[in-house]
Amino acid sequence: MTFPDLLSVFTDFAFMRRALAGCLVLSVAAAPIGVFLMLRRLSLTGDAMAHAILPGVAAGYLLAGLNLWAMTAGGLVAGLAIALMASAVTRLTPLKEDTSLATLYLVSLALGVILISARGSAVDVMHLLFGSVLAIDDTALVFIGIVASITVVAFAILWRPLVMECIDPGFLKAVGGRGAVIHVAFMLVMVLNLIAGFQALGTLLSVGLMMLPAASARFWTRRLGTMTALAMFLAVVASVIGLTASFAANLPSGPAIIVAAGVLYALSVTFGPMGGLMARFRPARHRTG
Amino acid sequence: MDFKTNTQPTGGAALAFLNATIGYDRHPALHHVSASFPAGSMTAVVGPNGAGKSTLLKAAIGHIRPIEGDVWISGCRRTEIAYLPQLAEIDRNFPLPVFDFVAMGLWRRRGAFGGFRRDDDEDVARALAGVGLIGFEQRPLDTLSGGQLQRVLFARLALQDAPLILLDEPFTAVDDRTVGDLMDIVTGWNAEGRTVVAVLHDLDLVRRSFPRTLLLARRVVAEGSTDSVLTAEHLAAARHYIEAWDEAAPYCEAEPAR
Repeated sequence: MTFPDLLSVFTDFAFMRRALAGCLVLSVAAAPIGVFLMLRRLSLTGDAMAHAILPGVAAGYLLAGLNLWAMTAGGLVAGLAIALMASAVTRLTPLKEDTSLATLYLVSLALGVILISARGSAVDVMHLLFGSVLAIDDTALVFIGIVASITVVAFAILWRPLVMECIDPGFLKAVGGRGAVIHVAFMLVMVLNLIAGFQALGTLLSVGLMMLPAASARFWTRRLGTMTALAMFLAVVASVIGLTASFAANLPSGPAIIVAAGVLYALSVTFGPMGGLMARFRPARHRTG
Repeated sequence: MDFKTNTQPTGGAALAFLNATIGYDRHPALHHVSASFPAGSMTAVVGPNGAGKSTLLKAAIGHIRPIEGDVWISGCRRTEIAYLPQLAEIDRNFPLPVFDFVAMGLWRRRGAFGGFRRDDDEDVARALAGVGLIGFEQRPLDTLSGGQLQRVLFARLALQDAPLILLDEPFTAVDDRTVGDLMDIVTGWNAEGRTVVAVLHDLDLVRRSFPRTLLLARRVVAEGSTDSVLTAEHLAAARHYIEAWDEAAPYCEAEPAR
């Protein structure tokens, strides 16, 4: 089969078309979140939050079945509750944020799995954890579109204070910028995107579409705007390759997309000019001044 | 520094501490301090380590609330104060060029969303030129030396166009030439009518360049003209006053002010 043949799956099958549209929109929204998570050294926070939303999603599923809005509301509540509880424990006790978040998300994940297995089947667990392109119906597409629109608008408003909060939080505080509000708004947008992503990629892997393209883009440029655009592009490429491979080889779509993003990441780590491995072994030439 | 395009004569703001006790965890770093920094004045804050000098500045910008007493600012809002922390927690690995970093100083004028106009760009360029960093606009922060980063921070302070400027040990770990250049900038700010308060350790520099001095040792040891403050007796007294942090120190029984 040639490459154009492979791409014809998107023209031939409506569900593949919807999956592609969903993944492309998700890529554009998730990539800038990943860039800021990486630059703020919060990469694992994204992962933790992805686990933390599971019991909420599961509760929504148990109450209303595969109802998008119930699962979304549950995920939002669970994600925000975990984020707020983690920061409360951080502020009120000697534990640092990474530890308090880790403890909470592990419990949260365990609760989620118990909830699902109490009522559902193993297939349900697999579906929630790893997603399925078949789950992307029109409602899900609309939801992904809404979340992506919110994300783009939020970034337009938050961009400047978010950059300042990352690079010099003390300055933002001194000039009266509300760093805590910026942080909460950013976390909220992230949770929304994780929930939008779990339809296609599952809760476990939706964070992958954020982090892997962002980490890859870091190896190609040192400019924030370019890095964000490149991360979006890499996420789009990973989505197309992953979905195609998933159809051709009958693989689960979420993992296929993440593995595709992983391959792009490996290429970036190896060949990227900004600190990639090959750049390290090039003969070191220096300029005269 | 030349800021003709955007500087209407600012007029300094005044800062005063009225019987302020400021500290951490109920242990005062500053105990019943009353001190004033009149509008347009230029004051050095000196004292041994642990004297509460940084605490004084942090209380001025509102990062710490006084346990007792008051901090008064007149002539500007608290968020309009330009403040240079001792160890700015700057993430120098963040991919932002010098130009964008310095442009943060325009926050008061442009806020989170305001577009940058041509005169904003020109002001940033002029601020960079004023600290001797022409041609550094697109350099990432992590390629700067310690002295260059300090110059960048001064360029941002200049852009803030603040009537009250607080500097916490601005000249540590920079070479003599940089100290000279930056000191000229500080003197220029004061000549424009801005109020300057600087925490310093170099007493020779203080004697040369600062008309007023506040000598702290968890309380005010002396305040006034630099010559009258930096005497041998006052300095010896300041060293004497710095006691160890006492976990079991009795509660202060002094009458609360007001």
